Amino acid sequence: MASTSLHGASVGDRIFRLATTAFALSIPLLLVLLAIDVAAAAWPALKTFGVAFLTSSRWDAVDGVFGAAPAIYGTIVSSVLALLIATPLAVGVAIFLSEFAPAWLRQPVAFLVDLLAAIPSVVYGLWGIFVLVPFLRERVMPLLADRLHLGGTPLFSGPAYGPSMLAAAVILAIMVLPYISSVTREVLMAVPRSQREAALALGATRWEMIWGAVLPYASSGVLGSIILGLGRALGETMAVTMVIGNRHEISSSLFAPGYTMASLIANEFSEATNDLHLSALMAVGAVLLAITLVVNVLARWLVWRVQRQGQA
Amino acid sequence: MRIRTLSVALVLAAVATTASAQSVDLTGAGATFPYPIYSKWFSDYAAKARVRINYQSIGSGGGIRQLSEETVDFGASDAPMSDAELAKAKGGKVLHFPMVLGAVVLTYNLPDVQKTLKLSGAVLGEIFLGRITKWNDPRIAALNAGVNLPTKDILVVHRSDGSGTSYIFTDYLTAVSPAWAGGPGKGKEVQWPVGLGGKGNEGVAGQVRQIAGAVGYVELAYARQNKLAYAELQNASGVFVAPTIEAITEAAASVAKKLEKDTDYRVSIVNAPGKKAYPISSFTWLLVYEKMTDAGKARKLADFIKYALKDGQKSAPTLDYAPLPGNVVKQLEQRAAALTSGR
Repeated sequence: MASTSLHGASVGDRIFRLATTAFALSIPLLLVLLAIDVAAAAWPALKTFGVAFLTSSRWDAVDGVFGAAPAIYGTIVSSVLALLIATPLAVGVAIFLSEFAPAWLRQPVAFLVDLLAAIPSVVYGLWGIFVLVPFLRERVMPLLADRLHLGGTPLFSGPAYGPSMLAAAVILAIMVLPYISSVTREVLMAVPRSQREAALALGATRWEMIWGAVLPYASSGVLGSIILGLGRALGETMAVTMVIGNRHEISSSLFAPGYTMASLIANEFSEATNDLHLSALMAVGAVLLAITLVVNVLARWLVWRVQRQGQA
Repeated sequence: MRIRTLSVALVLAAVATTASAQSVDLTGAGATFPYPIYSKWFSDYAAKARVRINYQSIGSGGGIRQLSEETVDFGASDAPMSDAELAKAKGGKVLHFPMVLGAVVLTYNLPDVQKTLKLSGAVLGEIFLGRITKWNDPRIAALNAGVNLPTKDILVVHRSDGSGTSYIFTDYLTAVSPAWAGGPGKGKEVQWPVGLGGKGNEGVAGQVRQIAGAVGYVELAYARQNKLAYAELQNASGVFVAPTIEAITEAAASVAKKLEKDTDYRVSIVNAPGKKAYPISSFTWLLVYEKMTDAGKARKLADFIKYALKDGQKSAPTLDYAPLPGNVVKQLEQRAAALTSGR
């Protein structure tokens, strides 16, 4: 009897299974096709310039010489710096919301933090131009360079015009903060009560409980949320373009303007008419794709390792 | 190739959606710089002649690409097509129709300077090459007698996105500064020796407005509508000229006088010889195939061009564009009439 009823349902089952399999496979297929397409379009530029494409700072559309080193450097530096600023803040917000906040405060604050993720990137960019950049130029940069006497160090040297790597990092930090914070909050909420109670029963203070029992338990999830933020920061285009100063130059100073790969593509694609220029922009896209893939694989591996350690 | 097919498909999709809403007679794509005046012409012309024209302001580069692929009926560009680009056009010979004139102005932020700043091509070249770095440099002071120039550093602001505005400005620097011609050269994107890049006119103007000591270049229309301060420039005859509508038209007229009868109008009018000519002026072109596939479309396009050259020019100054000089209009009208043949 059981077998016939199974058999009766199996036509629908099979269609359902085929359909979902097709859906599931279509995503990796799309990714592979995209990668192939980008790589093929990038090939002429990569072939022409070779390794120099990754190491040269000369990006000259007039002479047809392209080197993307400043954009690659800028993308990585601005994103990592953004994470350095955003992670402590975001994890702090998440800990407060999951452990300390009174119930009446938790929902509104969580909602407002999540709302940061819903603001369009161009709005962040405008805010960056008119509020953040002047604030950095008139308050933060003089504070760092003169008051704290850091102006002599390579990190904070040079004239402070405003549009800079620092401005890009700060705006990125604000943009990735809600991603890190809301995922971390969910992860912390999912830590079993027993974990907390055990720590408290052993005489831990609240602080010790969070630091010693909750965070280690949730560490793989927190790490995952940071990587999610990094992925977002690497690809962010509009807001960064508006505040980074768009200069093809690698400078050690955070006050100096820089460039990112995504801004470079956004800036030049619409007016690039000659084939080599287009190909060079596609090559920048290919490098960005490769970096993003590497970051994600690395993240998977880290999360997996942390999880395994947790179980051991 | 794939990128092209993709962008073509995207635009086709965009065109298809608008086309389904109302029937469109002609489609075009290209420059953003003349978009305000073009859209006024298109709407006026739709009311007058019942011909609907759909124009996508996707940038000069995109306009040229789409015209070459024959996905639009006409293109528009702030920079003339190069010989290589012309050779790649699939529909045969492309004609350049100058439609209206624009100018690029130097906007600056010197809060303590009340008088309009005067600059020359040679000095501008040195500033944008990073060789003049202070506002009180003797070479700037020599042009501005009696003005108390500050000791501030000069901050150069340029466009970061590829644009016709950059093309016109670097075309001018190439004409007036041998060092610039031998260095960065002219193009929609060049390797800027110094300065910050701002996205769009608003990006450049925003940074200039905020930072004392900054200087940047923007379109005249943008500068006027946003009431920015802009410099008077010394032209090829040695006269300092403000970017007025008349001075821009004069630049085109003085160049047109010297053109051959059969010119293709792929000419630059920067650093024009006229006494009253503003030196950073430029045509903006409509790009049209000499022989279109559809005779009906060719006739409609020819009629529109004739309308824009005649009635359209009158509305140019209200939007801060300069009308074409009379001698140019006459010749273009004859050429537009020849468009009707079809293929």
